[in-house]
Amino acid sequence: MSSGQNPNIVTMEKGFDLIDAAVIKLKRILEGKPEPDFVPGEYIGNYTTVYNMCIQKPPHDWSQQLYEKYGSIFKDYATHTVLPSIMEKHDEYMLRELSRRWDINKIMVRWLSRFFFYLDRYFTVRRSFPSLTQVGMTSFRDHVYNNVHFNVKQVIIALIHKEREGQQIDRALLKNVLDIFVENGIGSMKRYEDDFEDFFLQESASYYSRRSSRWIQEDSCPEVAHYLHSDTEPKLVDIMQTHLLVLVAKQLLEKENSGCSALLRDDKTDDLSRMYRLYHAIPKGLEPVAEAFRLHVTAEGNALIKQAEDAATSGSVEEQVLVRKIIDLHDKYMVYVMDCFQNHTLFHKALKEAFEVFCNKKVAGSSSAELLATFCDNLFRKAGNDKSNDDSTIEATIDSVVKLLDYISDKDLFAEFYRKKQARRLLFGKFNDDHERSILTKLKGQFGGQFTSKMEGMVTDMQLAKDHQTGFEEYINGKPKVVDFTVTVLTTGFWPSYKTSDLNLPVEMVNCIESFKAYYAIKTNHRRLMWIYSLGTCNLNGRFDSKPIELIVSTYQAAVLCAFNNTERLTYQELLEQVNLNHEDLVRVLHSLSCAKYKFLNKQPASKTISKTDSFEFNSKFTDKMRRIKVPLPPVDDRKKVVEDVDKDRRYAIDASLVRIMKSRKVLPHQQLVSECVEQLSRMFKPDIKMIKKRIEDLITRDYLERDTENPNTFKYVA
Amino acid sequence: MRRSSAASKKKSDSVTTDLFRSGSSKEMDRIDHLFNQYANTSSNLIDPEGVEQLCSNLEVSHTDIRILMLAWKMKAEKQGYFTQEEWRRGLKALRADTINKLKKALPELEKEVRRQTNFADFYAYAFRYCLTEEKQKSIDIETICQLLDIVMGSTFRAQVDYFVEYLKIQNDYKVINMDQWMGFYRFCNEISFPDMTEYNPELAWPLVLDSFVEWISEKQA
Repeated sequence: MSSGQNPNIVTMEKGFDLIDAAVIKLKRILEGKPEPDFVPGEYIGNYTTVYNMCIQKPPHDWSQQLYEKYGSIFKDYATHTVLPSIMEKHDEYMLRELSRRWDINKIMVRWLSRFFFYLDRYFTVRRSFPSLTQVGMTSFRDHVYNNVHFNVKQVIIALIHKEREGQQIDRALLKNVLDIFVENGIGSMKRYEDDFEDFFLQESASYYSRRSSRWIQEDSCPEVAHYLHSDTEPKLVDIMQTHLLVLVAKQLLEKENSGCSALLRDDKTDDLSRMYRLYHAIPKGLEPVAEAFRLHVTAEGNALIKQAEDAATSGSVEEQVLVRKIIDLHDKYMVYVMDCFQNHTLFHKALKEAFEVFCNKKVAGSSSAELLATFCDNLFRKAGNDKSNDDSTIEATIDSVVKLLDYISDKDLFAEFYRKKQARRLLFGKFNDDHERSILTKLKGQFGGQFTSKMEGMVTDMQLAKDHQTGFEEYINGKPKVVDFTVTVLTTGFWPSYKTSDLNLPVEMVNCIESFKAYYAIKTNHRRLMWIYSLGTCNLNGRFDSKPIELIVSTYQAAVLCAFNNTERLTYQELLEQVNLNHEDLVRVLHSLSCAKYKFLNKQPASKTISKTDSFEFNSKFTDKMRRIKVPLPPVDDRKKVVEDVDKDRRYAIDASLVRIMKSRKVLPHQQLVSECVEQLSRMFKPDIKMIKKRIEDLITRDYLERDTENPNTFKYVA
Repeated sequence: MRRSSAASKKKSDSVTTDLFRSGSSKEMDRIDHLFNQYANTSSNLIDPEGVEQLCSNLEVSHTDIRILMLAWKMKAEKQGYFTQEEWRRGLKALRADTINKLKKALPELEKEVRRQTNFADFYAYAFRYCLTEEKQKSIDIETICQLLDIVMGSTFRAQVDYFVEYLKIQNDYKVINMDQWMGFYRFCNEISFPDMTEYNPELAWPLVLDSFVEWISEKQA
């Protein structure tokens, strides 16, 4: 204990011996070997040794040497003990050893830095050297971590792979080991990232690439393991999505058996829902799915149209079938949008765009507007007869029709066709007031009051007509007898325009007309009645030789037949003068009475067509097993005329719109004017750009607009 | 200064008479004298017959553009007729008081009219000049074709030929209005022909030109 010098001086050798002993003891404790713990006295003693060695006056101040000693303790331990013990193990065992050694190191650092504490108080501070703790940690990193991390990383990745394949692994261990990576970054994530994460992500990328084709079978997003550092998770999810979904998106969507189109084709709604959920997570991931959806629906719609075209015989389309199929298609895919695709706007939009494409196609020369109007017409006509079509079915169909109309751009064309057919229904068929009003209410709700005002007026007229009829019947009660007579008064603006004619009525009918005129003049003020004989029907008693038969004919036909009440025989010319119809109408009428199914008149010569030199005779020999015969006069429902009328209205609408816009804007460049005009009119129809240009030119000629002299592409409003 | 101001009220257009008199009155006399050589004595106008005579003396055809230019210079209002006032205006501006001087002035006049700054005005004038009726706003295709040939034939031969051909075979337009007329002028000046690469039908070109361009493209295809 004492030397030749001052007995209280601790020599380096002595001090080191004491320290070495303490270190050995510590190592044994940490390695789990049987060794009693440090008692407080020993603890203080060790501390004091170091203390004394530091405060001794030169040449006996051993701070520097102590510091170096401290460092070499760790270095030796790491190099000779720790590292070999890790390296000699494999796989999980290696990880465990590493984890164990790491924990030991931490404790060792704690203890030894307590012993050597005095160095940290003055020496390391003054010299700006790394602290004792830092030395201890750095030592582990430099001598252990740096040498093992590569292999450790391999093991970890292998384990994760095992887990991906479905095997159980020790997650806690993995977490501990990865924490080591983190902590060996000593303040930065760099070691973790460089030594583990980068490799891991790379490996994951190739893993998911390989697995991408099987993703659909797997029901859930592979869980992101908890043992990874939280920073890694978003990066991993990103990789997964990129490889599973984005990079192969196109193929996935188009894939023959499992791609989006196939799923749609095979109605695999569950798979579609799954697809939605996965792609929903990626930014812009849903766009290709919505696109595939749109293409699919468009293709199906187009196929229906083509089917209808092919099936159309002699130019007439089976619109009942086609419209029904389109309605069903819409319902089906709307369910998809709401369920599989969670009501997402992208998919609503895709559905809308798809329908807008094929719903505006012409089928065998008929526009979709016309077909839809015809569909409604037949729906309401049949409703009277077919009891299987109950009210709620009709209502549902009406709802579907209104939805479909939304996709059709030529709405005004539909309105016009519908109006014409409605007129026929109201005047000639049995109509159901409830149904008529129901569809109009729904159309009004969707497209505004202006769209339906005329049609509503027509339906109201029918009600008013009933009231008038009651009034009229009261009026003639007691007056000299006239033939039974029903009048329907139509308000001109609401109804389609009908030709009037100066028909010469048989005298019996003239009386009816006159008495109604008188009645009406009493009931109303300043109203002019215009008689549309072309729409009337007449019940005539035909006194044929074998038996009388009641004939239900149009007024025109009645006028012609009644001409024969006074004369047996009349030539075409005579008839023309007497009845006062135009040639076209007279020919039609005579044809229906002498050349068609029922020959009430005999024609000379008995050819198939009417010529101006023919003469006619009452056919008293006519008979039929029926007592009542309805003689149809084929209507002259002119598709061309409807289209012409709509075109005319459109021209006015465009004019009005252009003037409105220019009045408020005063000065506007051409393209903007056109686009604003299209926008304004889009609710009713899609204006033809050429037509707009023509209207602009017309307005220039009429001095509503002028071209700007400086800039010929701009127009100015002329006040 | 104008001693003879109030006194001379010989003719109906007496106000301007004074101005003219105040200049070289001898020149004006000669101009008037020339006028009387062609004018119809009862109407005091040079009528189409007189114009024909004038043209023959000037040795130009009456469909020559230079007569139109002369009318422009005179600011003549009615096609085929020159009033005395218009005559005076034109010849004074041209400094021509004899038929020979007038003849010699024509080339210079042409040069003046063809200047970019004047030609657009002349072009528009040519259209208005052909409007014979009170409220007329458009000119029939036949006349337009002739007019195009006269006015633009020498400078834009190809465009005129094609456009005239198109106008004759198409059915959409029976007449051409001022806006369309001016549109054609802009077309000739702004669009290279016959490739017409700069033409954009989405701009505010008159529709007739859109159809014209379409027709040519189809022909070329």
